[in-house]
Order: sequence, then structure tokens, then C-alpha cells
Amino acid sequence: MTWLSVAFKNLARKKVRSLLTIGGVAIAVAVLVSLLGFDAGYQRALTGNIDKMGYQVLVTAKGCPYEAATLMLQGGGGLRYMDEAIYEKIVKDPRIEKITPQLVATAFDKERQGGQGGVVLYMGIDPSYLALKPWATFKTGGWFSGDEADEAIMGYEVAELEQRLPGDQIFIPNVDKVLKVVGIFNRTGTQDDGVIFLPLKTAQRIFGLPGKLTGIGIKLKDLGTLGDFEEDLYNEPGIQVISMAQVKGTIFNLIASARTMTNAVALIAVVIAVIGVINTILMSVFERTKEIGVMKAIGASRLDIFRIIWMETTLICLIGGIAGDMMAIAGTHAVEFILRRVLPYAPSGQLVFITLRLLGISFIGAVIMGLIAGIYPAFRASSMRPVEAIRLGD
Amino acid sequence: MDDILIKAENISKVYRLPAEVIRAVRDVDLEIRAGEFIAIMGPSGSGKTTLLDILGCLDRISSGKLGILGRDVSRLKESSLVGIRRGNMGFVFQDFLLIPTLTALENVELPLLFARLPSGRRKAIGLLQKVGLGHRMGHLPKQLSGGERQRVAIARALVTSPKILFADEPTGNLDTKSGDQVFHILKGLNQKDGLTIVLTTHNNKLGSQAGRVVYLKDGSVVPREESSLYA
Repeated sequence: MTWLSVAFKNLARKKVRSLLTIGGVAIAVAVLVSLLGFDAGYQRALTGNIDKMGYQVLVTAKGCPYEAATLMLQGGGGLRYMDEAIYEKIVKDPRIEKITPQLVATAFDKERQGGQGGVVLYMGIDPSYLALKPWATFKTGGWFSGDEADEAIMGYEVAELEQRLPGDQIFIPNVDKVLKVVGIFNRTGTQDDGVIFLPLKTAQRIFGLPGKLTGIGIKLKDLGTLGDFEEDLYNEPGIQVISMAQVKGTIFNLIASARTMTNAVALIAVVIAVIGVINTILMSVFERTKEIGVMKAIGASRLDIFRIIWMETTLICLIGGIAGDMMAIAGTHAVEFILRRVLPYAPSGQLVFITLRLLGISFIGAVIMGLIAGIYPAFRASSMRPVEAIRLGD
Repeated sequence: MDDILIKAENISKVYRLPAEVIRAVRDVDLEIRAGEFIAIMGPSGSGKTTLLDILGCLDRISSGKLGILGRDVSRLKESSLVGIRRGNMGFVFQDFLLIPTLTALENVELPLLFARLPSGRRKAIGLLQKVGLGHRMGHLPKQLSGGERQRVAIARALVTSPKILFADEPTGNLDTKSGDQVFHILKGLNQKDGLTIVLTTHNNKLGSQAGRVVYLKDGSVVPREESSLYA
């Protein structure tokens, strides 16, 4: 017989109560792992998305930098426009390796999301787009037949969603325009998968924005020249230069406050679980007052009793930790699905990123939680005087 | 003298309650020698169990002097008393007090775990066989009869080879037949193995078979004729 078997058998005595407590710990650990996994996954996906935009610098019309960041990722509402002349001016800069003009427009499609309606993103591009994004390859079909053709290339996901193939026609609701689908991109894992692309001039014409752009994506030959490049464009009226590093910083600052909230939720879950464990073990100690007295009578020291009770608490948290880790892994897809529903503009890619390190830290955290939660009940039990415990424990 | 295991000199135990002061044991002098079989008798509330708890180092005295195996334990704390109990004393209780989650064999092994004697399984098995429960070792207490539970408790008390066995009303919760069996085992342990036994009992028949009877009345040791048991 071992200390562990004595502790384990005590837990098995009230199976339902022990299982419920273990369940509480498991849920707390699963919440912790999922939230931390979401935090890591979101940042990773966002970084991936931004890095996969293909350019290091975006020139946009002057405005709120947050809006610009949103624009870059989502082509969100409230867009600002700049004159195409800016592009003609910048394109000659020798520091630029690649450059592409873009016009983002949106339209509300009532048919989307099962009749609830949704925003469709359109982007006017020219062949330089492909040069800047070499991973944007065609799943089927090909490039537009002309610079002003009424044609569209669909991102992978939007094509899947609308079940489109080259040769199909698509309707742009707000402007009552029909376009012919000529190509579908392969999945890129970026926001571009949800965008419908048009020739730049077609987009300018259809959306009534001739000579206008929403952004110019630029890849510099040497990123070290970014400061000078930005400085040179500083005096150009009506535009601003945003580096990807800036955008990342801005968005990460925005989500930092949300992360504080999610971490607080996780902490509350852990605290509730700890209180649950203390409550369960304390109840168990009080119920076993007489037994603890007998153990002391037959030779158990304070330390022995402390050890048994502490082991019971740690066992609960250890098993709860393992179960919680397993729940978090098993629930990844469900959590991802829910997050996608709640956060429709979340970056593409894996939103909940659970690593072995995260699982290990959560597990060790659960064990430490058990060690801490066990101190008080174990102290109470070990402090009982044998004769009082035996005689008064009825 | 060398064979004196316990020497109580003028010991008293007082419980101070909010409403009253209870003197459970009053000025008791008692010597217990190795190999004795002593029955502590008296009516309910006479202080039998309290005296047994004090002699067994489960409780502390309020005044007087108590010597166990030549050592003054009067003022020792619980942390020191457990060291004296462990290995020197075994306990049997009226309501058995086995650990319900452990089998009969595990209950007997438990004191070995506390005494850091992990290789005592064979001895535990031998003791269960000695009390006639070799076939019930894997049973939980709830699967055993009262008499069987008390025999497991006796085996548990003996597993660390104590010098003294304390038994508080060991037959109090048993039917006559089971009580006789338990008493027979205790008597055998004293007569054949020379184990010192101190027990409390209401049972005159059992008390009369002890080597010496200590009569208690209102916490004091009294002559037999003064005990209300014979009043």
C-alpha cells in the first residue's frame, strides 16, 4: 500500500463529487488553454495575413490609421480615396521593387448568409498585383481578357461559397452590374480568399470612382530606406504611408485590451475552480474527522495527514489538468467555429493555436493550483487532535 | 521498576466548558506492568474512556504526572506523543473505526505505512490469519460482520508489535458470540504472547476474567464495593 493509493481511494469514495470537482478544474483548464490558444492563434493568423499581403508599405488616402489598418485587412466601410496621379508619381521612385494600385469597394448583398445579408468586397487590380503576390495562382481559369473587361476573378472562399466556376455570371447588387467570372484563385490563407477581383479600370467605372484609388501596395528594394521613403512622401497632400510593422503594432495594441479581458475571464475560471476544490476537500475532511483521528491514533503524524489530504487535492487538479488539456484539444474546432461566427472579420488561418508548450504550462499550472488549494484543507486535517477527532467526529 | 510500562501519579483531566467545569478524571494513581491484563470498569460517565485515552497518549492530562515506558509524557505535545504511540501502543475502539475505503488487509497495513515499515505485508496477512480472517483479507469493512471488523481492528493494532494494547469497550457493539470471540482473542494475546492489555468494559463477565480490575466512579479510582456497578 502506498500514500498515493490511500489518497486515491479516498477520492473514489464520493465518485460523483470528485468527478464534478475534477470537471470544474478541467473546464477551467480548457477555458485557459482555449483562450491562450486563441490569443496565440489570433496573433499568428494576423501576422500571417499581414505578411502575406506581399507589400511592406501601403500608401492610402489620409485618415485614421486604424481605419487604414482595417482597410488593408478588410476593405472595411468608410473608405477614403486618393487620386491615381499619386500612383503615377510614386511608381517612378527607384527605391521601389514592386508596386500595385488598388481600389477597394463594397456592396451589400441581401442574399448572403442565408438571407441575412452580408458585405461583399471587390478590389480593382492590375497585373502588378500578381507580381507582388506570387502565391496568388489560379485554381482554374485565368487573368482578365482586357484592362476594362466586365470580368471577375474570385477568391477561393467566395467562389466556394457562391459555387462559381469560370464562365458563370455574378451580379453586383448596389450598382446593378453583371460580370463574367474568368478565373478563381487558389486558397492563399489570407483575406484575399474572400474578395472578388475586377480589372482596376472596370472597378473605377462600375463604382463611379474614375481615377481614384484606395491604396497603393509597395515592396521596397531595401526596407532600410523606409524612413527616407516615408519622409519624402510626408509632404504629399492627402496621403499617408503606413508600414506593415506599424499596422501590426496598431492592431496588436487594439487587441491587447481584449486580451486583458479574456485573461481575466480565464483567471476567474481558475479562481472558481480553486474554490471548488478547496470546498470539496474541506467537506471531505470534515466528513472524515473520525477517520483522521483514528489514523493519528494508529501512528499518523501531522505531516502524514497533511500529505494524504494534499495528495488528494493535487490528484483532483492533476486529473482535471489532463482532462482539461484533452477537452481543449478536442474542442479546438468547435471553439474555432464559434469564434468565426462571433468574429466574422477575424483573420483567416487557424484562430486557436494550441501548442504542446501551452498544454504543458496549463497542466503544470493545474498541479500548482492543486498544491495551493490543498494547503488549507490539509492544514485543518493535520491540526486535529486525535481524541477530539475520534470522540467528536460523529 | 523496569517492568512498569505506565505510571500515573495523581493525574486529573478537567474540561472547562462555558457553563461548567467537568472533572472527568480525578487524582488517579495507577501502575501498569508488562504482561498485565487490566480492565477499567465503571458506569457510563465514570471517566473510563478518558482515562484510557490519557494512558494511551491520545489525550493530555490537566495535572499530575504520567510516565510511559520510563518517560515523563505529562507535558509533551501531540507531535511528540505520536512518536510514543507509534510502535508502542495499539488501539481497538468500540465502533471498530476501520477506514471504509481500504480492504481488511490494507487497514491492517496502514499503521506500517505511518511507521515507515513498507515490507510488512506478510506480517499483516499473518495477523489476519491469526484472528481467523485469512479468507476475508480483500473485503471492505462494509462487507464484514461486526465481529469480523473488530478482529480486523485487533490485527491492525498488533501489526506494529506494540508493547501495550488499549481497547475501549471492544465488545460493546457486538453480539454475545462475537464478543466472546473477540475477548478470547485478547485473552490469548495476553496469556500466550504476554501482551499488556488495558481495556474498558461494562461487562462484569469479561471484567472478571481480567487479571486486575480498576473501578472508576466519577473519575476517581474506588474500591470494588464502592463502584456503582456493584451497588
